[in-house]
Amino acid sequence: MHLYPITAYHYLVLAAALFALGATGVMLRRNIIILFMSIELMLNAVNLNLVAFSRLNGHVVGQVFALFIVAVAAAEAVVGLGILLAFYRNKETLNIDEVNLLRG
Amino acid sequence: MTTFVWLLPFFPAAGAAINGLFGIRWFSRGVTAAIACVSMLVSLALAIAGGVNAARAPIAREVFLGEWIPPIPAVTLKGAAAFHASWVLLIDPLAAVMALVVTGIGFLIHLYSTAYMRSEPRGSYARFFCYLNLFCAFMLLLVLGGNFIVMFVGWEGVGLCSYLLIGFWYHKGSAANAGRKAFIVNRIGDWGFLVGIMAAFFAFGTLDFQAVAAQAGRWPIERAQFGGLSIICLLLFVGAAGKSAQIPLYVWLPDAMEGPTPVSALIHAATMVTAGVYIVARNAVLFSHAPLVLAIIAIVGALTALMAASIAIVQTDIKRVLAYSTISQLGLMFLAAGVGAVSAAVFHLVTHAFFKALLFLGSGAVIHAMAGEQDLRRMGGLKRYLPVTFVTMVVGALAIAGIPPLAGFFSKDEILLQTFGRNRALWVLASITSLLTAFYMFRLIAFTFYGTDEPSSPHPPHEAPGTMTVPLMILAIGTIVVGFMGIPRTLGGANAIEHFLAPSIAETRAVAFLKVAGQPDPPGTQEMIAQAREELERDRAAHRAAFPVSEATEGRAWALMLLSTLLGATGMAAAWRFYVNHPEVPRRAAERWSGVHALLLNKYYVDDLYDATIVRGTFGAARELWRVDLRLIDGFVNAWGVTTRVLAWMSHMIDKVGVDGAVNAAGWSAGEGSFLVRRGQTGLVQNYALVIILGLFGFLTVYLLAR
Repeated sequence: MHLYPITAYHYLVLAAALFALGATGVMLRRNIIILFMSIELMLNAVNLNLVAFSRLNGHVVGQVFALFIVAVAAAEAVVGLGILLAFYRNKETLNIDEVNLLRG
Repeated sequence: MTTFVWLLPFFPAAGAAINGLFGIRWFSRGVTAAIACVSMLVSLALAIAGGVNAARAPIAREVFLGEWIPPIPAVTLKGAAAFHASWVLLIDPLAAVMALVVTGIGFLIHLYSTAYMRSEPRGSYARFFCYLNLFCAFMLLLVLGGNFIVMFVGWEGVGLCSYLLIGFWYHKGSAANAGRKAFIVNRIGDWGFLVGIMAAFFAFGTLDFQAVAAQAGRWPIERAQFGGLSIICLLLFVGAAGKSAQIPLYVWLPDAMEGPTPVSALIHAATMVTAGVYIVARNAVLFSHAPLVLAIIAIVGALTALMAASIAIVQTDIKRVLAYSTISQLGLMFLAAGVGAVSAAVFHLVTHAFFKALLFLGSGAVIHAMAGEQDLRRMGGLKRYLPVTFVTMVVGALAIAGIPPLAGFFSKDEILLQTFGRNRALWVLASITSLLTAFYMFRLIAFTFYGTDEPSSPHPPHEAPGTMTVPLMILAIGTIVVGFMGIPRTLGGANAIEHFLAPSIAETRAVAFLKVAGQPDPPGTQEMIAQAREELERDRAAHRAAFPVSEATEGRAWALMLLSTLLGATGMAAAWRFYVNHPEVPRRAAERWSGVHALLLNKYYVDDLYDATIVRGTFGAARELWRVDLRLIDGFVNAWGVTTRVLAWMSHMIDKVGVDGAVNAAGWSAGEGSFLVRRGQTGLVQNYALVIILGLFGFLTVYLLAR
């Protein structure tokens, strides 16, 4: 079996696919939890790019940056789930369409 | 004694203060009564000491207690002067007599009231004694005041106490109205009195009684013309007529009977109403220089005496009969003062104080026994039930009817004798008055104590307790003996009262001296007293020489005495015949002369006349002025208010339409202008995310294409 070397191109396609998947989820799904999961997907798509370029270019900065993003994502999940809980207690639903307080 | 004369009004005033400040809330009836009576008893003791002192040294002593009004620049007849007033008390025979009457009768009436007012609530009981004590204090200040100003303080003070006590049962509308009536009618008199005092100051530059008398003595007697002295005297008499209930200001006294009976006895019979007589006597020298005013006083007095006596014969309220009797007797006193017999007026004042207080207290005992009934027609046959009251009241009635040897005989006879010598017409009026007096008094006695019909009272009437009958008995004894101090020379007496009062009334008066309270007599006092005695003796000798006791005058005096006694007896007999033996006669007489009867029963329609003219006039004027207030002044104020409101409304509209409109228009245009942009703000997160993504794609596309 002939093995092709994995190039930056592969990583970029995979990351773009993941990002597109996450963005689509964010825009189309109604459940807020799913929304969060989609956001995680987008973040991790970016992480994949960072880690890939770090490996290909021999720079460790990308990996450090990825770790930061993981930490920030965790914090974001905490705050987001807190908001989610508060929202659920008020509206007894998780439908994102119900959140329209800023409508002009 | 002289130095402590200020204690006389002080003790009742202190009693009033204690009872008024603490008694109403805390004291029992016994404590209240004890304080009031003891304060009067102490004053009585002091007054007796003062009287003894005055009898021993026939001079006027002034006691200076302190400065009051500091000198104020003023203009008088003699040019610039300073008006000032100080607290000066004057003790002389006249003041001593008055003080004795006030404290003596006052004490007995306090004693009587302790039982009479027993049924009052405790606070009300203390209030009564507070007022009564305060009255005595002011009355003593009135009679002891050494100048017009101090006297005027007492004068107004007794008026105040009279008002308070007439309206003592203030929850009763008629009592409150009677109090107001007394106060307002007295106000009219006091206006004249005060103007008279001012005029006296303008004329003499001083208001001290002694100084005024000394100055007035140097003025010529105004026989023909109505000069300055006459004006002063007339104004003072206006005040005296108000206080002493003379025509035309007598209307308040019958209504004053709304007060408790002891008040009627003390204030409206024995003391306060005699203040007018006192003020004429006090200024005897001044008045003797205005013969025209004296004539007016005599005529007013005689007319008042006759008119009031004629009203009294048809009245059916026991106290109103006595009230009109008081007005009538006061008229006799003024008649005496008017014909120049000032000491006879004061003598009658003293005897009247005794027998009228006795009659009022007796009527109080009757009312007490009848459980508040005052209508004579519902009484009768009380002789059996009230023996003490009956005997004492008969003594009083005999005295007022002028039956010898009771007090009223001597004093009234003296007045009749002096009037006869001056003016026959007035003497006839006075004689008719004394006939009527005897008649209405025994009509009252007959109605009350005789008659067969049983009294229409729910429970059988009973004699009053000892605290009420003892004053009655003492007053009855007083009524019998007090006349003996004025037995005329014709009857072999000395007319002691006239001699006693002479230093206060005579024109060449004894030297007065000013003394500061608490200091010993100034040097030379004994010499002055001796000189005063000499002067008086000279006066007396001159008087005897001028009016010798001849056979003719003796005979005239005897004849007059006999005639007045006869008149009194006739009145009594007529009353007896009409009301005891033939009770149907008065009714027939009333039917026969129904016009006269109605005229008398309605008190000559004077009250109605005053009501129709003065009272209605005042009310009408007040209502018209009120209308002026309502239309003109209120109208102006209201117009100003409306103008302000219109201006405010306009300002409001400018604010609302102009300013608020501009602000709202700015807001509205911003809101309405943003309707396109507003569409984008859906509030949905996913829309925003879509826009972000689209923007991202847009930028990327532009970047990639433009590269």
